[in-house]
Amino acid sequence: MPKDQGLMSWKELAPGMYILEPGNSAKFKTGDWRSHRPVLDKEKCIKCGQCYLLCPEPAYEPNEEGYYICNLYYCKGCGICAAICPKGAITMVLEEA
Amino acid sequence: MRPELANFKPLSIKDLPKEDWLAPGHRACQGCGTVLPLKLALKVLGPNTIAVSATGCMEIISSPFPYTSWKVPWIHVAFENAATVASGIDAAIKALKRKGKLPKKEKINIVVFAGDGATFDIGLQFLSGALERGHNFIYICLDNEAYMNTGVQRSGGTPKFAHTTTSPAGKVIHGNITWKKNLDGIVIAHNIPYFATASPAFYMDYMNKVKKASLVDGPAFIHVYSPCPTGWGSKSEDTILLSRLVVETRLFPLFEVIDGKYYILNRKVDKPKPVEEYLKLQRRYRHLTKEEIDLIQQKANEEYERLVKLCEVFAPPKEETKEETKET
Amino acid sequence: MGKRVAKEVSIAVADAVAQCRVDVISAYPITPQTHIVEHLAELVNNGELDAEYIPVESEHAAMSACIGAAAAGARTFTSTSSQGLLFMYENLPIASAFRLPIVMVIANRSISAPISIWNDHSDVMTTRDFGWIQTFAENGQEAVDLVYHAYRVAEKCLLPVAVNLDGFIVTHVVEPIEMLEQELVDKYLPPLKMKYKLDPKKPISMGAIGVPEVYTEAKKALDEAVKASYKVVVQAWKEFEKISGRRYQPVETYRMDDAEVAMVIMGSLAETACNAVDELRAKGKKVGLVRFRLWRPFPMQDFLKAIGKVKALCVVDRAVSHASTGGPVGIEVRSALYQSNKRPRVVNFIAGLSGRDVTKDDFIELFERTFEAISKKPKFSYEIYGVKE
Repeated sequence: MPKDQGLMSWKELAPGMYILEPGNSAKFKTGDWRSHRPVLDKEKCIKCGQCYLLCPEPAYEPNEEGYYICNLYYCKGCGICAAICPKGAITMVLEEA
Repeated sequence: MRPELANFKPLSIKDLPKEDWLAPGHRACQGCGTVLPLKLALKVLGPNTIAVSATGCMEIISSPFPYTSWKVPWIHVAFENAATVASGIDAAIKALKRKGKLPKKEKINIVVFAGDGATFDIGLQFLSGALERGHNFIYICLDNEAYMNTGVQRSGGTPKFAHTTTSPAGKVIHGNITWKKNLDGIVIAHNIPYFATASPAFYMDYMNKVKKASLVDGPAFIHVYSPCPTGWGSKSEDTILLSRLVVETRLFPLFEVIDGKYYILNRKVDKPKPVEEYLKLQRRYRHLTKEEIDLIQQKANEEYERLVKLCEVFAPPKEETKEETKET
Repeated sequence: MGKRVAKEVSIAVADAVAQCRVDVISAYPITPQTHIVEHLAELVNNGELDAEYIPVESEHAAMSACIGAAAAGARTFTSTSSQGLLFMYENLPIASAFRLPIVMVIANRSISAPISIWNDHSDVMTTRDFGWIQTFAENGQEAVDLVYHAYRVAEKCLLPVAVNLDGFIVTHVVEPIEMLEQELVDKYLPPLKMKYKLDPKKPISMGAIGVPEVYTEAKKALDEAVKASYKVVVQAWKEFEKISGRRYQPVETYRMDDAEVAMVIMGSLAETACNAVDELRAKGKKVGLVRFRLWRPFPMQDFLKAIGKVKALCVVDRAVSHASTGGPVGIEVRSALYQSNKRPRVVNFIAGLSGRDVTKDDFIELFERTFEAISKKPKFSYEIYGVKE
């Protein structure tokens, strides 16, 4: 039996191999790349939003209270948020195995 | 000075659009300082934007079939011709608007994202042509100082003495032989409406520059310093720190040039930090001798002082000057 | 029917492009295409053609700009020759893989080295594999008609089309040419509507990475599209005949009814070769001529039908493929025949390189050598003809 290596039938490809669904990389989990994860101390947080702006993914989203919460589905554990937080409200914690 | 720039009201952090037009789930390394300015540019430009990528890290991490991180229309053609593809798109939109096939009032931003390899080296001809022809687009050069996507080979943007795989710090030759190519000078010489340098640590300054670039009619060029932890051997969490130090050591001054005529220094660095503070955070510089560090320091000071003089002599006319954009 | 007017062919081709209401022209000059792009610039600057003219800084840029413009939904045009075609080489397979309806006129010219501005087919023959639809014109009228046809086919198939005409020999001569009336062009060419394009209202990503799990399928999809374009090409010629009265087919034949030996040739030299056919026929020799007008997709069935029951074919190439089994056309003809039951002797000559004259007498000699070859198989796979020893 020949090995089935194709992702999809050639007939299902959009002409030009275009990707028609914008931003569908949101389905892809990059959260399992990390070895550390950010933990937020809400007491210290001033909701400045820099963690959200400077996250390369972006993995942070504001919640109803205005705190920026890290979406662990995407977080790669780079540590930028912890490094730049002006109040030291974010700590990077080792992920358990 | 152009009214759209002279009367520009800078955005504050509260004014920033809430949405992002780059989706997460892309394959950039942890702490990538190149995808960060890309994301921020799209945030400012919004959905009425067509993005063009040159081949490189940003194109690869954002489009592994069947996934795409782009929430705006996007095209990637080849390595060197992103500026020309953008020229074609600009011409098409102009023609289609004139013929009534596209609504005339609808503003569409065209933005090019290209690395230093694509801009300084292989794409220089194409960039020059597009700038000279005056197309209405924004060219953002995400400069991580080497051909990162192919494995950290040196480019025209690689600083002197930096270790890359094709300019290794060997026993006889100590890293990259030449000084970084003065791409800024080359672009400024085209007398385009707007030129700026930027660094992600000064993100409001950067995002306001992207906004200004979108307001001018004609080519705009932003040279963004983009740390690469993987290629530079720096810690992923140091990305923003490096972006700050590179400015504070005078190695990458933040300035704007309008119409090739008016020079504006955005951030004075009267008491620079020693370059060693910046260099020691990156393994690509760990082989540096004291003499080499001094040379780098000296060159940085010379270039900065020259820039200060240019900004003094070619300052925009007094009555039109607005406050320098400050970081909030 | 329109009026026949004496025009330099390059000018007529440019006028045809203008009549097609092109949106974006991306032009870099190279001899012998220059008159085409110059005349288009004139039309734009005089306000006679409403198009964006991008005077790009190289041919690679010319094709890059076309790709960008076509991706944004514009009708585009560019033109080049020789080294210019080679310089835009990396963009050619991208244009077809992206399914963009770009039309390019190639004024065929020899490739370096040695540098040469004169006509042969070596430039376009290097691009056979890329998935472009390729047609060859024999004279000025055909060149103009193939331009109208190119846009119709390109936009129906969403594939780029290259129209080939011999540099200088066709581009720079003045011929009586009948242009189509504008209203007929407009009927033949409805406005371009692309389902997928760069549009902020419907964002798509073009140019994603072809990972191993998808590249094969992407190439298969393109391959099927290029093969399927054959029907569109033929149908577009049928439609063209209705409005112009001129009939075009993928393979053209001349006096092939009972031919024993046929010459296979492309481009303007075919006209001289037809004179040789006439002279030999007058002497009782059963000769004919077969010409590819459609080169890609390769019109296998039309070709096999056209050659009838010949005993030998004299394939005259205008390009060399060094140390291979033939010139490009020779290789493809032999390959096509091998797959059929027909086994005429194939004798392959390479002639007319870089504008060297191939006279009626030369063609007569090539025919005679082919007759000899029927009984005595030649030792060579291909021979460069007319070399001064």
